[in-house]
Amino acid sequence: MTPRQQRTSVDVLVVGAGPAGLTAAAVAAEYGASVLVLDQNARAGGQIWRHRDPASMPGIARRLLQRVHDARVSIATGARVVDTPGTGEFIVDFRGRVARQHAGAVILATGAKERFLPFPGWTLPGAVGVGGLQALIKNGLRIAGARVAISGTGPLIFPVAAAAAEAGAELVLVAEQASIRALGSFGLRLIGKPDALVQAARYRMGFWRTRYYTSAWVTRAHGDSRLHSVTAMVNGRLRTIECDWLATGAGLTPNTELAQLLGCDLGPYGVAVDAQQATTTSGVWAAGECTGIKGDQAARIEGEIAARAAVGVPYAHGAPAMRRRDAGVRFGRALDRAFAPRAELRALADAATVLCRCEDVRVGDVDPAWTQRQAKLWTRIGMGECQGAVCGPACVALFGWGENVARPPLGGPPCGAWGDALAKDPGSVS
Amino acid sequence: MIGDVTIVVDGAPRIVPGDVTVAVALLNAGVFAFRRDLSGAPRAPLCGMGSCFECRVRVDGVANVRSCLLPVRDGMHIDGVG
Repeated sequence: MTPRQQRTSVDVLVVGAGPAGLTAAAVAAEYGASVLVLDQNARAGGQIWRHRDPASMPGIARRLLQRVHDARVSIATGARVVDTPGTGEFIVDFRGRVARQHAGAVILATGAKERFLPFPGWTLPGAVGVGGLQALIKNGLRIAGARVAISGTGPLIFPVAAAAAEAGAELVLVAEQASIRALGSFGLRLIGKPDALVQAARYRMGFWRTRYYTSAWVTRAHGDSRLHSVTAMVNGRLRTIECDWLATGAGLTPNTELAQLLGCDLGPYGVAVDAQQATTTSGVWAAGECTGIKGDQAARIEGEIAARAAVGVPYAHGAPAMRRRDAGVRFGRALDRAFAPRAELRALADAATVLCRCEDVRVGDVDPAWTQRQAKLWTRIGMGECQGAVCGPACVALFGWGENVARPPLGGPPCGAWGDALAKDPGSVS
Repeated sequence: MIGDVTIVVDGAPRIVPGDVTVAVALLNAGVFAFRRDLSGAPRAPLCGMGSCFECRVRVDGVANVRSCLLPVRDGMHIDGVG
């Protein structure tokens, strides 16, 4: 999709074209605002509605995209904000063309990424994220006949295992690190959410041949040029399992980099927001997983609340949408507690295990007593291409360091494109 | 459905479906060293969604392009993998 008309100034800029961002865009545009949505992926839909063929998307996603289209929202895919030089000003990388964009209001719907806790062998080709495997399968990865081990946590395991089985993979391990007790407390909450129960059951049917182990996790990956097996703790004993792919992860963590650049405060769950989804920065709202993991249903409601506030027709306190949102947020937080990574996962790495994959910093290279800043100065940890997107959350979990500090430019645009933009527009130097 | 396209991987033409990402095209072609770390060990996609940069490759002369975010295009050159 390309923007029908690329305006350099819009009423509302939405960052992220997942459930929250698309809903926010549709609502804002239906109230008469000019809206531009940016998404760094090739197609709109976010992680949950990632697709190659639009016809394969769920009905709710297709209807929402139609609504966005009918409301004359512009969507720029392959586009991302790289800097925020001033209020309402954004430097955007549109597929290598870097340009300045103005907006009266911005709604952040930047979603979440996977949290990884390092373990020996996790840098081997073939070891991917749980969400990563799902994204690769949705993008066309052929895994028919391949042996796949899944070691993760939370509800995400279910759709990914089902997708791998449907794609013809042989599931050699499906491991949930949380205990059956933690799962039980979570399961009780699901009784109030029959839709989620039905969905979980449907996914479980998708890989019914494979046992789903709780209190189980991969401790080590083995291989030379690529993964060939894993060691896993299953039923209290270590087992070695041959596999071609390992999908691993320790839950999801919000994408807060752009919010940080805009000066928004972060809270314990993600970008801090009030009842209207307003961040602590004037003119900036946030919706969906970037404010805390809660699932697509509550994310869509947050998008609607944020959009209405951004265009000046906010919901009244206590409105049904707000109550449904609050219930979704509570559910998400219960999810966080039930599937919190167990202590054993933080003890898997040894001194030689890579911690910062970009700068080749190993666990033994850093002193946990350092601050994040000291660690950066001594080792360059978190200063490579991903700017701490992977090792930042790992260090929070392993050492109790503060949230990784985001700095511009985000996502490292090519120097040439960046230089061109500056030459044409010297004012964009921040 | 988009038809097949030809991409050139380290000088060798490969026919791949036109609706996949560069990362998926490389993995399906058996490429498992998208880049190498300081010790020479191979690295390949991790997150699959644009966060981790492990899938970065050189595309049409531009270095450090995240191949998991980029759809293949007919005639595209990908260099430095394998």
